[in-house]
Amino acid sequence: MDNDAPVNQRRRDILKAAAASATAASAGMLLPSVTLAQPARIKIGLMLPYSGTYTALGVAIENGLRLALQEQGGKLGGREVEFVKVDDESEPAKATDNTNRLVTRDKVDIVVGTVHSGVAGAMIRITRESGTLHIIPNAGVGAATGPLCAPNIFRTSFSNWQSGYAMGAVLAKRPSVKNVVTLTWRYAAGEEFVKGFKDGFKGGGKIAKELYLPFPDVEFQALLTEIGSIKPDATYSFFAGGGAAKFVKDYNQAGLRKTIPLCGPGFLTDGILEAVGNAAEGLETTLHYGDGLETPKNKAFRVAYAKAFKLNPDVYAVQGYDTGLLLIAGLNAVKGDIGNKKGIIAAMSKAKIDSPRGAWSMSRAHNPIQDIYLRKVVGTENRVTGIAVKALDDDPASIKQCKMA
Amino acid sequence: MDFYTFLIQLLNSVQYGLLLFLVASGLTLLLGIMGIINVAHGSFYMIGAYLAWSLAEQLGSLWIAIPAGVLLTVAIAMVLEWLVIRKLYRRDHLYQVLLTYGLILVFEDMRSVIWGDDVHGVNIPGILAGSLPLTDNLSYPVYRLFISGVCLAVALAMYWIIQRTRLGMVVRAGYSNREMVQSLGINIEFIYRVVFAFGVALAALAGMIAAPVSSVFPGMGSQVLIICFVVVVIGGMGSVKGALLASLLIGFADTFGKVLHLEIGGIRLLPELSSMTVYLLMAIVLLWRPEGFFGKRV
Repeated sequence: MDNDAPVNQRRRDILKAAAASATAASAGMLLPSVTLAQPARIKIGLMLPYSGTYTALGVAIENGLRLALQEQGGKLGGREVEFVKVDDESEPAKATDNTNRLVTRDKVDIVVGTVHSGVAGAMIRITRESGTLHIIPNAGVGAATGPLCAPNIFRTSFSNWQSGYAMGAVLAKRPSVKNVVTLTWRYAAGEEFVKGFKDGFKGGGKIAKELYLPFPDVEFQALLTEIGSIKPDATYSFFAGGGAAKFVKDYNQAGLRKTIPLCGPGFLTDGILEAVGNAAEGLETTLHYGDGLETPKNKAFRVAYAKAFKLNPDVYAVQGYDTGLLLIAGLNAVKGDIGNKKGIIAAMSKAKIDSPRGAWSMSRAHNPIQDIYLRKVVGTENRVTGIAVKALDDDPASIKQCKMA
Repeated sequence: MDFYTFLIQLLNSVQYGLLLFLVASGLTLLLGIMGIINVAHGSFYMIGAYLAWSLAEQLGSLWIAIPAGVLLTVAIAMVLEWLVIRKLYRRDHLYQVLLTYGLILVFEDMRSVIWGDDVHGVNIPGILAGSLPLTDNLSYPVYRLFISGVCLAVALAMYWIIQRTRLGMVVRAGYSNREMVQSLGINIEFIYRVVFAFGVALAALAGMIAAPVSSVFPGMGSQVLIICFVVVVIGGMGSVKGALLASLLIGFADTFGKVLHLEIGGIRLLPELSSMTVYLLMAIVLLWRPEGFFGKRV
């Protein structure tokens, strides 16, 4: 429900205000001396979801980032690091205030955020103006590294288009796939995945029909019947979270899984395999990471992460870790001189990130140029079966719109 | 769309309509009979779904989980009624909305603490797990037909209790004139507690029955809440008959709104139409009958 936000906010603000005044009363005298004593610290503002549906994603990103810094003795370019955390609640309406708090009030040197594309979009509008270094550790919204790109804004995750394109390219090479139906929610991310898919599928068969559902509707039955009557050779679909779980189950129960293979971006099957049982068996998806990637770097990362946080890492943890690697590359190049923004940006733009997902580098518009993997659901694992597209850049149409020197 | 596909879409409409009725029935009952606006209705739906999941895991079967879950929610609802809801009967609707809204926040956080934020699945019981073949590539899950059956049974039982039994009569009388009923020696407070618990149990039951097809996830309650209010408003406050008719109509509007497109020369007109059909239907019905199909004229 949309209108629970204001009350939620007020309730939280009251709590925060109460807590803040209590702290100020007891320890108010100490605050100035603390800030004066450590002038050389680098301040990183983490604006991530720490409540709501995406909590686990926010925590994984922070963990990944901390792990990368720990491997450098907790330092960036030889300087101590201080974190300022803000819960963005995946709430676009609060994004502007939250970002301003970090940039203007806390005067952070670097902003890291966030998961939700709508919130990330609002953050970009501010960091473009202020020039604060901004790393996006997840949100795949195309505009961030397209029309809204900026020298100080980098993304360490993916663009929605990349993931869609890779699946299209895989199907285009299969002669048996002549007709494809796409089905997703009608909102920005869904349409970007489908656009990517269509671009990748060019030269293959044709798109028989594009089906859409209002966001976040989960009553799929009518559209499944439609797919059954069109009889395509494959269905490309994007849903996420609870919607994805319900869709994958409904698709299976409608009897379509065996006759019309279902495929999509990795988010269709990530985090839901326990919930859907065998309904997802054999589903193929594309993503920039997958379970059981047999590289020494990935194995070492998985062991270190599990040891540090008693959790298994996922794609979000990798993105957080790579955010750390990117910052290390930038700050080490200028020996921790956070004032030398030009030098940092130059080093980050040229960085080769040796990631658990495989090595990648920054595109002209600051989006990863990376291998996208083809994965297949086996039991409760998204097993990597090969590379769908090697060293894939972002949507050429989007890069063209990036007006960066 | 060929005729056979059309028939299947009709089946989809009826099935979705009946499910909507089951989900909205508890709300109709509380709003129409007791005059309570319970915006926490969706939360009870969610609690039902989570109970179905966790009890089925522990007890080993959905068949045991459902009655156990219903009993549990009835107990919770009785306590809740005694603690807070009974103070609201004489109050303005605004107080009811505020308080039950507060309950949403409480339940949502408690859900997060007790059950976490993950997506879960509930297995369909063995004998209902099959599918009936419809065409060469489409089949219909037996469980969905079972849901329709449960919905019809609930509709009939509600209609019978409210219109034909003494309990129903007392409750209806209590809504029109509380003091009069009390002065006739009827313990109206207790009866209200029972009815409130029954309304909440209906929401939870809907969540439990729907859990295997909808999956269990945070925020699932707020997804159904709005459509429930649409059902109640179109059907007319408190009318079981109206709610059933409204649910079925919404089922049709939604299903066919999704698959029928206005196309001229290959270009789709109004691509957003599918998200509006239900609300268009509501607007048209309310223009024609502001009190809904079977609502009392005000």
